Amino acid sequence: MTLEVKKLQCIRGDRELFRELSFSLQEKQLMMLEGRNGSGKTTLLRALCGLYVADQGEILWRGKPIRQQDEAYRRELLYLGHLNAIKADLSVLENLRINSLLAGARVSDDDLMAALDTIGLYAFEDFPTSQLSQGQKRRVALARLLVSKASLWILDEPFVALDVAAVEHLQAIIAKHVEQGGMVILTTHQEVPLTSGKIKRLSLNDHAV
Amino acid sequence: MIKAFWIILKRDLLLALRRRSEVFTVLFFFMVVISLFPLGVGSEDKTLKLIAPGVVWVAALLASTLALDRLFANDYLDGTLEQFVLIPHSLPVIVLAKMLAHWLLTGLPLVLIAPLVGLFYHLPSASIWVMVLVLLLGTPVLSMIGAIAAALTLGLRGGGVLISLLVLPLYIPVLVYGAGAVSVSMHEGVSTQPYILLLSAFILLSVIFSPWATAAALKISLE
Repeated sequence: MTLEVKKLQCIRGDRELFRELSFSLQEKQLMMLEGRNGSGKTTLLRALCGLYVADQGEILWRGKPIRQQDEAYRRELLYLGHLNAIKADLSVLENLRINSLLAGARVSDDDLMAALDTIGLYAFEDFPTSQLSQGQKRRVALARLLVSKASLWILDEPFVALDVAAVEHLQAIIAKHVEQGGMVILTTHQEVPLTSGKIKRLSLNDHAV
Repeated sequence: MIKAFWIILKRDLLLALRRRSEVFTVLFFFMVVISLFPLGVGSEDKTLKLIAPGVVWVAALLASTLALDRLFANDYLDGTLEQFVLIPHSLPVIVLAKMLAHWLLTGLPLVLIAPLVGLFYHLPSASIWVMVLVLLLGTPVLSMIGAIAAALTLGLRGGGVLISLLVLPLYIPVLVYGAGAVSVSMHEGVSTQPYILLLSAFILLSVIFSPWATAAALKISLE
């Protein structure tokens, strides 16, 4: 299980964000993506998901370009962007249920409740998400991590809007996933302490043009 | 894949149920437009029969464009659409589910209220049933063609007006044959069959092509 990026180049408008970007990521590895604002972190993450087509270069998953894999790659991928992807008119439980069913996870309501419990939304399951705070909404989105079967997590600023306790909690969830043989790529300014597994760092400032 | 179709369909219907006003806006718009015409042109039996097919169809076209900008916009704004592209299901299937939900919420009410409109315009009962039938065949086409335009204009400023401009010319064939069938049904000895067959052809073509076109447009809009 390897994610390999070869000589990637992304151009936004007439601005070249980065070029000749190459790296690879194996199981039990976590990659911290660094770079100043506007250096193309989100663009790179979206390119890795296949939401954005890079102008040059290749992204390979298990040795095959992700463009040719489609559903096989997406089944192993979990992407969490800036937006929480939750509907304000649905309850917390409904949101989590729909999101995880669509992601292909076979989960019972008990599993979902347990996930909400763990993420700190106990007794909030029937609340419409429109009534939750920003941090709680983020938690609803993050609860997907707990029921997901995906091996590659791509997280864009996952710690934003979370309180100290939730940040620690999320760090533990990410660390556990990596230790169990998963892969995580994230952009953040927080450290994620790992007891086993390897942390890689990639700074887009080095690849800026 | 079929499971994803049902999840999306149920989700969209549930969301509409939580926000009922959006469904009723379309229906009321349709009814208001329909009832304005007799006030303007007079309530003479002959005139009403003459204009009824055109008025009903034009009102249906306008009403269906009314809700189009909401078809993908909400999902786009809260990031759900991004996730739809990334889940391990084919995007056209998801799009088809959203189109069906959209039609059930905006097209089907118009079909159901059509007999009432027919009475309102003094249509003979045979023509009323033809009108219901052609609306049943035509309104899904409107939703499906409209979805392509809605996907193309996603994230643009003033997208709502742009959708109408893009989509109304494309609705012309449906208008011509839909209104034609109702007009023809009021004359003795002319068959409505060709009109109904053509509308059936439109709906088949739309089912086959529009989910793919919409999915491609969505991917472009998300980049």
